[in-house]
Amino acid sequence: MAAKKYDAGVKEYRTMYWQPDYPVKDSDFLAVFKVVPQAGVSREEAAAAVAAESSTATWTTVWTDLLTDLEYYKGRAYAIEDVPGNDEAFYAFIAYPMDLFEESSVVNVFTSLCGNVFGFKAVRSLRLEDVRFPLWFVTTCPGPPHGIQVERDKMDKYGRPLLGCTIKPKLGLSAKNYGRAVYECLRGGLDFTKDDENVNSQPFMRWRDRFSFVQEAIDKAEQETSERKGHYLNVTAGTFEEMMERAAYAKELGSPIIMNDFLTTGWAAHQSLSKWCRKNGMLLHVHRALHGVIDRNPNHGINFRVLAKLLRLMGGDHLHSGTVVGKLEGDRAATLGWVDLMRERHIKADRARGIFFDQDWGPMPGVFPVASGGIHVWHMPALVSIFGNDSVLQFGGGTIGHPWGNAAGACANRVALEACVQARNEGRAIEKEAKDILTEAARSSPELKVAMETWKEIKFEFDVVDKLDVQHR
Amino acid sequence: MSNVQDYASRLSDPGSRKMGTFSYLPPMDAAQIRKQIEWIVSNGWNPAIEHVEPQHAMDSYWYMWKLPMFGETDIDLILAELDACHRANPDNHVRLIGYDNFKQSQGASMVIHRGRAV
Repeated sequence: MAAKKYDAGVKEYRTMYWQPDYPVKDSDFLAVFKVVPQAGVSREEAAAAVAAESSTATWTTVWTDLLTDLEYYKGRAYAIEDVPGNDEAFYAFIAYPMDLFEESSVVNVFTSLCGNVFGFKAVRSLRLEDVRFPLWFVTTCPGPPHGIQVERDKMDKYGRPLLGCTIKPKLGLSAKNYGRAVYECLRGGLDFTKDDENVNSQPFMRWRDRFSFVQEAIDKAEQETSERKGHYLNVTAGTFEEMMERAAYAKELGSPIIMNDFLTTGWAAHQSLSKWCRKNGMLLHVHRALHGVIDRNPNHGINFRVLAKLLRLMGGDHLHSGTVVGKLEGDRAATLGWVDLMRERHIKADRARGIFFDQDWGPMPGVFPVASGGIHVWHMPALVSIFGNDSVLQFGGGTIGHPWGNAAGACANRVALEACVQARNEGRAIEKEAKDILTEAARSSPELKVAMETWKEIKFEFDVVDKLDVQHR
Repeated sequence: MSNVQDYASRLSDPGSRKMGTFSYLPPMDAAQIRKQIEWIVSNGWNPAIEHVEPQHAMDSYWYMWKLPMFGETDIDLILAELDACHRANPDNHVRLIGYDNFKQSQGASMVIHRGRAV
C-alpha cells in the first residue's frame, strides 16, 4: 500500500469520518448523540463532524496526521437515524476504538466525548443520549465500593426497599438540634437519614459537631429498636483534602455510610473517594446536584442514563435516580431504563425505555437507586411497584412534616412500606388497590392514619420536560 | 398539643425492639404466613429457618434450624418446620428466610414467631 501524501487544507469531515459500512467491534466505545445541525449542513457531515471533533480531528489537515495511523485511531459515525417526533434532530451513532481512552478513567472518556464538540458551531445543539462501555473498560473501573448485596448484609435489611429521610430544614439547624431530628426519624423506623446536599460545614453547624451528634443519635436509635441504622454523612467539601478528613472522622466514629455530590466535587475526587470507601468498609451514598443543568434539556447536554452509568463505573452504593411520582422530573419508562442500568448485570437495548445499546457490566456490583423528592405515604404503593425491593425510598417532608413529629412520620412510612410489600408478596395489585391496602394498615397504626389524612390531596402532576422521543400522535 | 400523640418507644421497654421486615405490622395470622411462604417458593428461593435469643437479635448470625430447605416447595412441610423450631425454642425469635442463590442474598426474611421480649 502506497503511503499517503500530505495535502494541506480543509476537507469535508464526511470524507474521513462518515463510514456507514463500519463493522462495530466489541471493544469499541459506542455513543449516540441527538444532533440538530445548522441550516445547510447535511446529516452525514454533521455526524462526521461530531465523530471527528470528539476523537482525533481538528478543523484542518495537519502534516503530523501522517505520522500515525489515523484510520485506526479515528472515531467514526456509522449510522444515522430519525428522531421520532422531532423533524429537526437526528441520532448519530459513533464508534470509538479502544486505544482512545485511558483504562479506568471515566474522566478521560468524557473529556473526549463531551469536550469541544459541544461548542462546535456546525451543530446547533447536541445531546449525548447513551454510551456503550465495552466490557474491557468496565473491568478496569473500580465500580461500587460494596454494591447492593453487600449493603443488605452490612445493614441487615432484606425483602423490602430501604427507607430514608433527608433532614429538613436543609440549612440553619444547630448540630444538636439536627441530631435530634435524626434520632427521631431513626427510632420511628427508618433505616437511614441523610444530610441534604448543601449541608457541608457552614458557620451555624460545622461538620465535626454534626457528625458527632448524629452518631450519638444513630447509636441510641439502634439500641432502642435493635435494628441497624445509618446517616449519610455528607463529606462534600471545597477541597479533596477536606473531604478525606471528614471521611476519616466518619470512619473513626463508626458511621456505616458517607455521601458525596459527584458532579460538584468532580469525578476524579469522587473516584478517589469511592476507592477509599471500599478500602475502609464505608458505604457511599451519591447525590447528583448539577444534574438538572446537564440532563434536563431534551436537545442539549447529557442524558441522565449516561451519568448513571458513569457513576456506576466510578463507584457509589446509592445514587439518586428520580421518583417518577414525586416533585422532581422523571419520565416513568426512562427512569425504569436507567434503574436497570444501575442494578442489573446485562441490559438489552430497549428503545421503549431509552436504552440504545446492550450493556454488559461483567462482575461489577449494582447501585441502589434512591427515589427522593416530594414523596409521602400515598406514593408508597407506586414506589414499591416501580422500584421493587432493591431501592432506597427517601422521604423528607413526608416524614418530618407529620403532625406528630419525625418518629410518628417515620413509623407511618415504615408501616405503609411493609403493608405494600406484604400485599405485593400476596399477589395483590398494589397500585390499583393502594387505598384499600393503606387503609387496612392504618387500622393498627394511628401514625399512618394521620399521615394519610395530612397528605391526601398532594400530587405533583406537571408534564415531564425530558420525555422519551416518541412519534407525534 | 392535646391532639398530638406521643411516640411510645423506650430503651427501658423491651416491647420497643423491632426485628426487620414486617415487624411494624401486627403479627401475621396463619393464612398470611402461608401466602408469604408461597411468595418465597414461587420465586424459586430456598426456605431456611433461624432463631435467636431476643437479646442477641442484632447479631448477623442467628442459630440455623437444621439446614436450609433447598428446593423445598411443600408449604405444609415448611410450616411444620417453623412450628417445630418454635416449640423447641419457645422464648426465641424465629425467622423465615428465602435464600436467593442467584443474587447471593436473602430475597425475603421475616420473623414468624416473636420471642419473649427482654
